[in-house]
Formats: sequence, C-alpha cells, structure tokens
Amino acid sequence: MKKFLAGTAIALTAAALASGAQAASHSVGACLITKTDTNPFFVKMKEGATAKAEELGIDLKTFAGKVDGDHETQVQAIETCIADGAKGILIAASDTSSIVPAVQQAREAGLVVIALDTPLNPIDAADATFATDNFLAGELIGKWAAAQLGDAAADAKIAMLDLAVSQPTVGVLRDQGFLTGFGIDVMDPNKWGDEEDPRIVGNDVTQGNEEGGRRAMESLLASDPMINVVYTINEPAAAGAYEALKAIGRENDVLIVSVDGGCPGIQNVADGVIGATSQQYPLKMASLGIEAIAKWAEDGTKPEPTEGKDFFDTGVALVTDKPAEGVESISVQEGTDLCWG
Amino acid sequence: MSETASKGQDYESSLSGATSGVAEFERRKGALYSVQHALHTNPALVPLIVLVLSIVVFGLLLGSKFFSPFALTLILQQVQIVGIVAAAQSLVILTAGIDLSVGAIMVLSSVVMGQFTFRYGLPPAVAVLCGLACGTLMGFINGILVAKVKLPPFIVTLGMWQIVLATNFLYSANETIRAQDIEAQAPLFQFFGTVIAIGGARLTYGAIFMVVLFLFLAYVLKQTAWGRHVYAIGDDKEAAELSGIETDKVLISVYMASGLICAFAGWALVGRIGSVSPTSGQLANIESITAVVIGGISLFGGRGDVLGSLFGALIVGVFTLGLRLLGADAQWTYLLIGVLIIAAVAVDQWIRKVST
Repeated sequence: MKKFLAGTAIALTAAALASGAQAASHSVGACLITKTDTNPFFVKMKEGATAKAEELGIDLKTFAGKVDGDHETQVQAIETCIADGAKGILIAASDTSSIVPAVQQAREAGLVVIALDTPLNPIDAADATFATDNFLAGELIGKWAAAQLGDAAADAKIAMLDLAVSQPTVGVLRDQGFLTGFGIDVMDPNKWGDEEDPRIVGNDVTQGNEEGGRRAMESLLASDPMINVVYTINEPAAAGAYEALKAIGRENDVLIVSVDGGCPGIQNVADGVIGATSQQYPLKMASLGIEAIAKWAEDGTKPEPTEGKDFFDTGVALVTDKPAEGVESISVQEGTDLCWG
Repeated sequence: MSETASKGQDYESSLSGATSGVAEFERRKGALYSVQHALHTNPALVPLIVLVLSIVVFGLLLGSKFFSPFALTLILQQVQIVGIVAAAQSLVILTAGIDLSVGAIMVLSSVVMGQFTFRYGLPPAVAVLCGLACGTLMGFINGILVAKVKLPPFIVTLGMWQIVLATNFLYSANETIRAQDIEAQAPLFQFFGTVIAIGGARLTYGAIFMVVLFLFLAYVLKQTAWGRHVYAIGDDKEAAELSGIETDKVLISVYMASGLICAFAGWALVGRIGSVSPTSGQLANIESITAVVIGGISLFGGRGDVLGSLFGALIVGVFTLGLRLLGADAQWTYLLIGVLIIAAVAVDQWIRKVST
C-alpha cells in the first residue's frame, strides 16, 4: 500500500512538473503583484488581469503582500517571477523606493516591468506606469465643490481627511489636487498641511477606513463645528466622516467629496451621503498591462506614456447626480456600471 | 508571618521605651515612601492622577473648547472600542498572558453579525447572538491551547490573530455592509451607537457599556473567588495549582470571557462606524496593550487594577483629542504615547521596590 502511494505521488509530481515545464516553454508568462489580496481595488485588478490573460493565452501568476506595506513578500514575488522565466511583471508596489533594486534585477533579466496604480520612486525605475492621475482626481472634486458652493466658496470651512502621517504620494496628490481645484494655494505641492489659507480648518489622518474617518472628522468638528466642506482620501473614510456629522445632526448641510469609485462608494453618492467622487479604473489598468506584456513578448516594444505625462493615464471620471457647470462628470448610473468592489 | 513581625516590633518598643512605633516606622522612611506605599496598594492611582493632570493641562491650554461637556464626552466615545477591548486584554494580562488576537476577534464577530443577516437572512437578534458566540468560541480555542496544550499565550494568540484575520477576509470577501442598509434592515446592530444627550454632553450606549463593564469587572476581580483565582494564577501559576485552584478551568474561562468581550466590542464598533467593515480595528491589539500598560497593570501578571486600563485608554484619548485641538502634528501624539508607555513601566518598577 505504502509503495503504491509513493509510486502514485512520484508519478503525479512528474506529471505536474512536465505540464508546468510545457506551459513555461509554450506560452508567455506574466506576473501580477499587488499590495494585498483583500482590498477590493486589487481584487478587481486581479480579475481584469486574469480575464485578459486568458483571452490572450498568457500564463498569469498572481502574488500579493500579506498586508499593505508588506515589502518583503513583493521582493520574493519578483524573484520568483524571474526564476519562472516570465516575460513581464505588473506591480502595485507597497514601498515605491525600496522595490527599485528588485525591479532593476528583473529588467536586467529581460522582463518588462509595469507599475500599476502606484508610480515607483523614481517613476522611470519601471518601464512604464499605468495609473490614475491622482492629482486630476482631486482637482475634479475640488472644482465640483467650489462650483456647488458658488459665492459661498470664498468663506468655506474645509476639513481635509488625509491618508496617513507618512504622506504617501497618492494621498498627497489627491489632497493637493483638491485644493488646487478649489482655488487654494497649496504652497509646497509635495506636502499637505503647510497651507495657510484660513478656509482650511485642519488636516487629520484616517488610515483610509471608516473608524479613522469618523475619529478625524470628530476632532476637526471639535476645532470648528461649522465645517461645511469635507475632502476625504477615499470612500470608507467618507462613510466614517458622515457618521460623525450625523451624530451632531449636520449630515445634510455639509458637502463631502471623495475619490475611488468602489460600488459601496457610488451607492453612497446615489444616497446623497457623498456629493461627488472621482472614479478610478483598476480593471483597465490590469488588462492594459497584460496587453503590454503580450506586445513586449511578441516584438519587444514597450508601452508609451500618455502625451504630456510621465505615465500612461488610465482615466478618471467624476461621478455625481448634481453636475456642476464647467466640470465634466458622469451619472451615478454610469458610475455603477463601472464600479468595483 | 504577622505574628512574628509584631513580636519583633514589641521587642524593639520595649527596649526603647516607646509604646507603639508602627506608624512612626513608616514616617521615618520619608514622605516618598508613603506615596510609594499608597501607589502600591492602589495601582489605579497613578493613571488616574495622570488622567486628571492631562485633563487639567489641556483644559488650561484650550479653555472651553476642550473643557466642555461635549469634548469630554467625545473622548469617551472615541475610546469606547479600544476601552472595551482593553478590558478583555486586562483579564488575560492579569493571568501573565497576552492576547494578540483581540482586534481580529472583534472584527470577525462584527462581520459574522453582518453577514448572517445580510447573506443568510437571519433575524438581527439571532445574528448578534451568533456574533457573540463566535467571539466566545475563538476565546475558547485560545484558552484550550494555552491551558491544555500548554503553549505560550504569545504564540497561541499570534497564530490566532493571523488565522482569525484571514478567516475574516476570506469569509467577508472584504465587502463592506453600508451604514444605510444596516439602518434600514438591522438597526439592532447600531444599538451601541444610540446617543443620550444631556445638555452639551453626548453619551452613547457604547461608552456607557464600557464604563459599566469596567465597574463590573473590577467588582468581580476583587470580590469573587474567580477574580482572586485570576490574580493568583498571574502571580504564580504553580502555587495557585498547589493551593487547589483549578488553573486550567480558570484560564480557559478567562480567554472565553476575553473573546466574548471582544465580540461585544465588535457590536459596539458597528454602532460607532455605522457599517460592518472587515478592515477596521487592525491595530486594536496594540492599542489595547498600550491602554493596559499605561493603566498600570503589570505585563508580568498578577498585579494591577482593571480600572487602570480604563484610565489608560482615556489618557490616550485625552492626548489624541487635546493635541489635535492644539493643531499639533499627529506624530506628536504617537511620540507622547510612547513616552507614557515607558514612563508607566518605570513607575511600575519603582512601586515594586516598596515590597523589596
């Protein structure tokens, strides 16, 4: 019996190895490395990549960090991909600077490396970057909020609910974009919190979740209970901020704007919890990335950045049912069709 | 013990001609010694003094912006989740253990409540009971592994932290259940978020629950046999066992109580943030340990007053809100809390010297 089992195991292993080797030699390999397996944004990214890979006959392997910020696992994933003989890597890096040597190693081994969603530092460390224009995403909601307020924008009281104290680039770009759109001088554009415009009541951090959003909103309301515009880094933070406003009965006279475009967030726009949100497109980032790897494997051409930008812009759209003059937007219905998570 | 001691003192007093020198004996050691002694007998005194001082300082700096019924009750609301979890953590730390899985158990319990109603259509009341049972079960597994399999609590709960968190993400598919849907279909989930307004003060049921829970635990730990057993195990498990305490049973019950309290924290969490969000509470384990340590409960077990943890959580809340109102960078909060943690342990060590 034991011999039989051992024999079967060996046979199975051999078969698995053979088929694996066959797959490697006959089709193009690609890797997708995301920050986590659990964030709906990255779940959608994986879906998009998997669907496109199947369509193009690409052998896709996916990896993810255990938590956001898990740099080690991402480096291991890159090394695994190189060893596996893949043609290209799509990566949403957790640590944009520290990942660079590993990415360099992959590029030297002949792989094309495309950064998804999060630009590397420096941005040209990757062959290309497919991402949302986060500054534009912020600018759209800033312009919309200013247009909604009209003349009242001149003496608005604004709460800024940011991501984290470490000021990651995505958070800084959205924050500074919003202020620019609203018509506020941002001082140093690489940093939030240094603005001197009296309309800003204050900045606080949310970790991008409901609990942080509620706490930050409460603290800022304690500083100034008459806040009437709330910028939020993403929709969970916006949902938390709404709870804090509801607790003091001000949910109907405060304008909340956000960024992301997840399905619960779009639903919140429909319900009037959030006034407007900038929607990004993870599925598109991933499917375009797979196409780029296929092209690289076929004839060695690398993807080109969008004209006038140092990355390939995968687009962003303002979702609201209260369009403002001079700010392009799509309806909640259209946003729902394109939402993720 | 006490007989020989008093005999010794009688002997000395008869020699010097003094009548009763017991009280004199302490005073001779100086006022500092009396303070040390008082702190030794009331471990919750240090955090209480720090709490009152910090409220006074921020009150002076900020005036009515901080020292108002609204702001002070806001602090209670902001610390309610960490506070409830810190109550669970205190129980485990009193047994010389540590529970790294508290936050994960809290989140999974809230997700179970949400999904059981929104995925399977169970009545909200039943779903809440399932959530509470889920938390207790997780605690039971922790307890069995610690008491029966004899694994160190750090390792057990480190593992359970990962297992429970992964289960949470897999089971929920990381989908948030929106506040508006809960309000419409299962308002019971938001029960702890209900507000009682008295003038400017705004208390939620969750904040009241936290305070009542601490008073209840303080009573149970001081006045019941079970409570004394918890302290005895934390002080010296072998001695406790030799003196006839069923240490395994008590340990398992402590972890189960911790799990149940965490599940209540999960329920309160839904009340606070409105929605059921699988990503919340990620740092609750560290935050609860912080509250317990600042609250003067010894990490080596068997010493400390559970009320200290409430004061510890409140101190963190006062610092967080106070510094935010002063307009300080959020990093200052972390820095000062770090200083507080180290200071708290230093004070603990200093107080210990009273018994040596």
